Amino acid sequence: MDLEFSPQEQQFRAELRAFLVAKLPADISRKVKEGKRLAKDDFVRWQKILHAQGWGAPSWPERFGGTGWSAVEQHIFDEESAAAGAPLQLPFGLKMVAPVIMAFGDAAQQAQFLPRIVDGSDWWCQGYSEPGSGSDLASLKTRAERRGEHYVVNGQKTWTTLAQHADWIFCLVRTASEGRPQEGISFLLIDMKSPGVTVRPIIMNDGEHEINEVWFDEVNVPVGNRVGEENRGWTYAKFLLGHERTGIAGVGRSKAALKHLKEIARRETCRGRPLIEDLRFRDRIAQVELELMALEITNLRVLSSEKEKKAPGPEASILKIKGSEIQQTIAELQMSALGHYALPWQPEALDAHWDGESIGPDYAAPLTGHYFNYRKTTIYGGSNEIQKNIIAQMVLGL
Amino acid sequence: MNFDYTEEQNALRDTLTRFIAKDYPFEARRALAKTAEGFSRDHWSQFAELGLLALPFPDACEGLNGNAVDNLVVMEAFGRGLVLEPYFATVILAGHLLRDFASDEQKRALLPKIGSGERMLALGHYEADARYELARIATTVTPQGSGFRLSGQKAVVLSGGCADQFLISARSAGGSSDAQGLSLFLVDRHTPGLKLSSYSTQDGGRAAELVLDQVEVGAQSLVGSLGEALPAIERALDYGIAALCAESVGIMGALNEATLEYLKTRKQFGQAIGRFQVLQHRLVDMFIATEQARSMALLAAVKADALDPAERRRTLSAAKAYVGQQARLVGQQAVQLHGGMGVVDELNVAHYFKRLTTINLTLGDIDHHLGVYSDSLLAA
Ligand SMILES: Cc1cc2nc3c(=O)[nH]c(=O)nc-3n(C[C@H](O)[C@H](O)[C@H](O)COP(=O)(O)OP(=O)(O)OC[C@H]3O[C@@H](n4cnc5c(N)ncnc54)[C@H](O)[C@@H]3O)c2cc1C
Repeated sequence: MDLEFSPQEQQFRAELRAFLVAKLPADISRKVKEGKRLAKDDFVRWQKILHAQGWGAPSWPERFGGTGWSAVEQHIFDEESAAAGAPLQLPFGLKMVAPVIMAFGDAAQQAQFLPRIVDGSDWWCQGYSEPGSGSDLASLKTRAERRGEHYVVNGQKTWTTLAQHADWIFCLVRTASEGRPQEGISFLLIDMKSPGVTVRPIIMNDGEHEINEVWFDEVNVPVGNRVGEENRGWTYAKFLLGHERTGIAGVGRSKAALKHLKEIARRETCRGRPLIEDLRFRDRIAQVELELMALEITNLRVLSSEKEKKAPGPEASILKIKGSEIQQTIAELQMSALGHYALPWQPEALDAHWDGESIGPDYAAPLTGHYFNYRKTTIYGGSNEIQKNIIAQMVLGL
Repeated sequence: MNFDYTEEQNALRDTLTRFIAKDYPFEARRALAKTAEGFSRDHWSQFAELGLLALPFPDACEGLNGNAVDNLVVMEAFGRGLVLEPYFATVILAGHLLRDFASDEQKRALLPKIGSGERMLALGHYEADARYELARIATTVTPQGSGFRLSGQKAVVLSGGCADQFLISARSAGGSSDAQGLSLFLVDRHTPGLKLSSYSTQDGGRAAELVLDQVEVGAQSLVGSLGEALPAIERALDYGIAALCAESVGIMGALNEATLEYLKTRKQFGQAIGRFQVLQHRLVDMFIATEQARSMALLAAVKADALDPAERRRTLSAAKAYVGQQARLVGQQAVQLHGGMGVVDELNVAHYFKRLTTINLTLGDIDHHLGVYSDSLLAA
């Protein structure tokens, strides 16, 4: 048992730090640190910079153009990236569709799609959920009918994160209605520019446009864009959900958020002293820090055990549950630290080019909206209730 | 002990329930929040006609002699409707402060105008670095001719943008957080040197930042006695706390109903999600939390009128902390049980949740009031 990072790992961290200092554009890291809105180009620019360094795909094996990093190295990368204010590498391409294409796609699909994910050319979104099918994903109704060398897709997806920027969407569609619902599902890759695809914004509780409805009206999809076998899509989807969950622990991001919380608590005042000196508030910070400390080790434990088993096991649900709760707690404390200045709603202040006067301290504007928005973390990616069902059934055998 | 509402209170509740259902549907409220003022002057006139704006005032000032339980009936209904009109700032905060602290002459001049809807007021007390500490006031007042001169800043003045007049606290003596030495002034909106910037708040309401740059006011604008305003402000804010507790309870009831309805109608895995026992228990927890919060809100209302200030203070802090905790649970879980629908702007659930959140950060958060109550144990 050794819970210290090895000299090689420490060396690796130093290398990452130097790279981030040299290559992370200051305008982007400022936006991330100050909680400003990120444009599509900010994500893409950063992905291209990482790619140029050979680090575009930290979680992929080398033969597909990835780094081949160990779980610990990926963890260090996440941590250093978050600390430096790098934008999150969105999971939809890199961590969701790519592993499926690697495991179940054919050589042509791997050649067509993977390089364009790692070099930042294609933006992917996830088309799983439907209005009637959230937790019960297998009940999905979007239909794909085979007509010669095409599928014709009709139906609606919803909650689709950042579909407004997407070039491609990976979808679960129904290709058969006999048997168990899980048995008639296929996994399709659909070009968002296809005629018949419509994206409609959904405004969230913070007033921002982050999610969408995606409608399919007689959309033609070449049969070659189906991954794996027809009607086996559910198996692939379950494989993917495991990958989605490991990313979701978000330890690196939470560490950065916790640091920001402490900075805020040092600058706010309570009874004429820094707020952080208020025992009641400081205990709350300490408590969430303990949770995060434990999660960091749990995360590394789960990820290391996956090395042998290849696919993440149901234990990954622990990471999703704890990770999301910690994110929410930190967001709530950041908001609470502001006192009265949590109340003003100043959406224009989230624009990086805005140079008006902030109401209250300059770090205040994004925090309350962020708290509202982060209620999503216990809902998406398989709600925490569903994660607990998974642990109850798959781990405990209840 | 008697937990019955009076006939008048029941009638008031019925009237307000009808008003919210008919004149305050969610979509109309959403549109209203987006207008420049953020509320409706027509509704304000209706409130005046219903007597709501004169509810707590004495007969002598054309009021209805209402008590804090009457306020509770109003605020609970307003919670359900997510009412945007500046009732809390004008009638609850400024109204009670004037009623209990102003001279008879000032009361006779002002309260009937508030009651008739002609005049709106806001209370400018808290300051940027004071957090929730009531005595930490840096705005200064110095004698100027026969009157006074005020300088300083006031933070997040609720409904400040529409106020015709402000009640402004300022320090005439004492150190930065002394309880002694605070005075209260009535300041017209258009007084030279008073700068106001109004903005929207996270819950769809409005607030303002005030800057007072050598604002000169006459001797008659002093409210109450010089240097002795803090106990009166504290008392008015306790009426405010009682009102916010009632508003929270109204919102919690509405959220529980919406969530119950959703659990019965939303189907996943071939059944209503309300069939899942873990969700049943969650809703039960929300229901229990709301009943407990209701009890505390009632206690808060009754004790807001109590004569012993120490007892009143303790109980109102207890209520604000406790109702806040229950409101947090109900708000967060109502969102969670709605799944994706809980975090979208389209549904009222998100808006109820946001209002509960801002209530918890208004007039002292959970930690602040738990601290006040906790400290009171040492004194006992
Ligand atoms: C901000 C955001 C972004 C998203 N991005 C995407 C995306 O990019 N692509 C995509 O495909 N989807 C996305 N989703 C959808 C997300 O995966 C679903 O919201 C989630 O699966 C829950 O489904 P639902 O919203 O329909 O809620 P429901 O499934 O209707 O659940 C409602 C409530 O019931 C509970 N519940 C349901 N079943 C059970 C059960 N068996 N036992 C106990 N409790 C249960 C849930 O936990 C929840 O509390 C996103 C969602 C959000 C909020």
